[in-house]
Amino acid sequence: MANKPKPDELLSNINYKPPRTQWTDTPVEFKKGYYCYAGRPNNLEYISLPHGRKWSSTDDDWQLVDNWKEIFLEGMENLLKKFRSFRLFMDICVRCGACADKCHFFIGTGDPKNMPVLRAELLRSIYRRYFTISGKLGKIAGARDLTEDVFKELWYYSYQCTECRRCSVFCPYGIDTAEITMMARELINLLGCCTDWISGPLANCYRTGNHLGLQPHTIKSNFEYMVDDLEEFTGVRVEPTFNRKGAELLFVTPSADFFAEPGMFTCMGYLLLFHKLGLDYTWSTYASEGGNFGLFTSNEMMKRINSKIYAEAKRLGVKWILGGECGHMWRVLHQYMDTMNGPADFLEEPVSPITGTKFENAKSTKMVHITEFTADLIKNGKLKFDKSRNDHIIPTFHDSCNTSRGMGLFEEPRYVINSVCNQFHEMPENTIREQTFCCGSGSGLNAGEIEELRLLGGLPRANAVKYVKEKNGVNMLSCICAIDRAVLPPLVDYWVGDVDVCGVHELVGNALIMEEGEKREIDLRGEPLPGMEEKEEED
Amino acid sequence: MKIEHILLEKKQVIIKKWFDLILETYPAETAKFMKAQRNRFGNPVGHAISEGIEGLFDELLQGMDHDKIALFLDNIIRVRALQDFTPSKALGFIFILKKVIREELAKKIRDNKLFEELMAFESRVDDLAQISFDIYMKCREKLYKLKASEAKKLTSIIMQRANII
Repeated sequence: MANKPKPDELLSNINYKPPRTQWTDTPVEFKKGYYCYAGRPNNLEYISLPHGRKWSSTDDDWQLVDNWKEIFLEGMENLLKKFRSFRLFMDICVRCGACADKCHFFIGTGDPKNMPVLRAELLRSIYRRYFTISGKLGKIAGARDLTEDVFKELWYYSYQCTECRRCSVFCPYGIDTAEITMMARELINLLGCCTDWISGPLANCYRTGNHLGLQPHTIKSNFEYMVDDLEEFTGVRVEPTFNRKGAELLFVTPSADFFAEPGMFTCMGYLLLFHKLGLDYTWSTYASEGGNFGLFTSNEMMKRINSKIYAEAKRLGVKWILGGECGHMWRVLHQYMDTMNGPADFLEEPVSPITGTKFENAKSTKMVHITEFTADLIKNGKLKFDKSRNDHIIPTFHDSCNTSRGMGLFEEPRYVINSVCNQFHEMPENTIREQTFCCGSGSGLNAGEIEELRLLGGLPRANAVKYVKEKNGVNMLSCICAIDRAVLPPLVDYWVGDVDVCGVHELVGNALIMEEGEKREIDLRGEPLPGMEEKEEED
Repeated sequence: MKIEHILLEKKQVIIKKWFDLILETYPAETAKFMKAQRNRFGNPVGHAISEGIEGLFDELLQGMDHDKIALFLDNIIRVRALQDFTPSKALGFIFILKKVIREELAKKIRDNKLFEELMAFESRVDDLAQISFDIYMKCREKLYKLKASEAKKLTSIIMQRANII
């Protein structure tokens, strides 16, 4: 007994204070729940990424090739020559700190190295050391040698950034920190250090056309289940076609929409809408993935994965392409596809076959966002809705980082939601539109092993949801992104509770009147519609 | 003079010191931000702590309403259960209040011979700690449940299709 500490001694031994060393001198500690698993060699080989090997991110020895440093610095030099923006972003930061508290990972984890300025500084310190004259002075000039520890630190924090670009909104110089992360990841990939969650889906996508590795017959049979469910819920039998040559439109959406809940409910919404319109469109089992994890790997990989969309449009001979609800898919389509794999001069300038509206914003890419398409239909009075079918739903809307900051798509989804729901509430101003907070799982961070990190990264978003739940009784978080639909349910479950997640076209599908006088007692989730039975009796 | 009166008089000083010491469990740069950023949506963690400890302090002095206490504690602990803290460090913020009060009120307690009242008050702080253990465990259990259900979800659709579940 005498050797045991007294309670008071125990308490006084607790050191509340973290180390007070400079960031350059505080070695990185890989915290459980914060780091991704290492990519497997067979997947790396499949997508031609070099130096694949069996390794673990917690190993002391990462088995880097002997000349790893040379490869890294040569790669960096190439990127600096190739992308003027990269050199500019390395040079011009004045460390004003405007970005520091804008990152959801910093706000959630409280780790200063997740301040965008400091995360970028991990790479800048190497840039200064090897690519500037003043860097020869070393630490005093903010430079440091590239060592294995420095590389590990860069790796650790490069996968704690979702490339959401919220910080760049506040940077007075317009530095896009997401692009710095992208460059860091390109360098990481030169050394075979891609994560499992990114390289696995990439290999699947390259092999079969989608992240889940679904083959054509599996995709078709999944649709058959969905079509049966839809008929049971709505009485309408839809007849989607696959790989049909000569269709007017090709429709591309993330594969999660036809494989995982709640994305499948959104997909049912698309199916009902297209059926109602009698749209001449086809699905593709080859271009069966809107998502593009190449964006999280390297620009060459992004180009390679993206190329199937135009290739399939050409093969099928469609006029233009319609795209579903997805976040980073649209960043690639909107900002990079045209210059990477375009010009798609074999396609026509998109014109809605129903309203005749020319989508001039998509004149060059030839690809239209589904909410633009649906908003135009509603604006032209082509659709009828029974909004009361969504009366049990009080939605708010989460702007996905990529569709908001990447393409400025703010009004269309809101217009659609307000057309199909009676009770919509916005979250606070500094958490939506261009200032939207990330879900915490974008850019390939939807890995199970980093649940803690993702929940903390999603805290600012969930905090705003909690506010509108308490203030306005919001019970549904709607969004237009497949990653959001996958990760927001556990996020709101942990932080908020009793709030569900849906895609915008699930709400459309619920409210859409397919035939005059139709009776709908079940929603697209197969749940009874509250009040509908009584209403019919009254009628 | 009752200890509650003294605590009420010194409320702002105690809460400020309690807040500052809790922030010292974070790196200096982070603590600076959590103090400076007043917007509750821009700084949810700082907001939960400052609102929470004030609410807890009021409850310690007034009613010890279990539901209110649990709510304030939950808002703080839900974050710290995920952040990079051991369980003792995650919940240590409760005990910091004892340290603050002992330091701030040492003279007054001695002069007014309020040791017994102090002990009674500190027992109430210990009650907070007990409630905190439950909340902390609930949060961690929730985290593990989420992880488990995420893993299940990966295979559930395939199993449903095959009529296994």
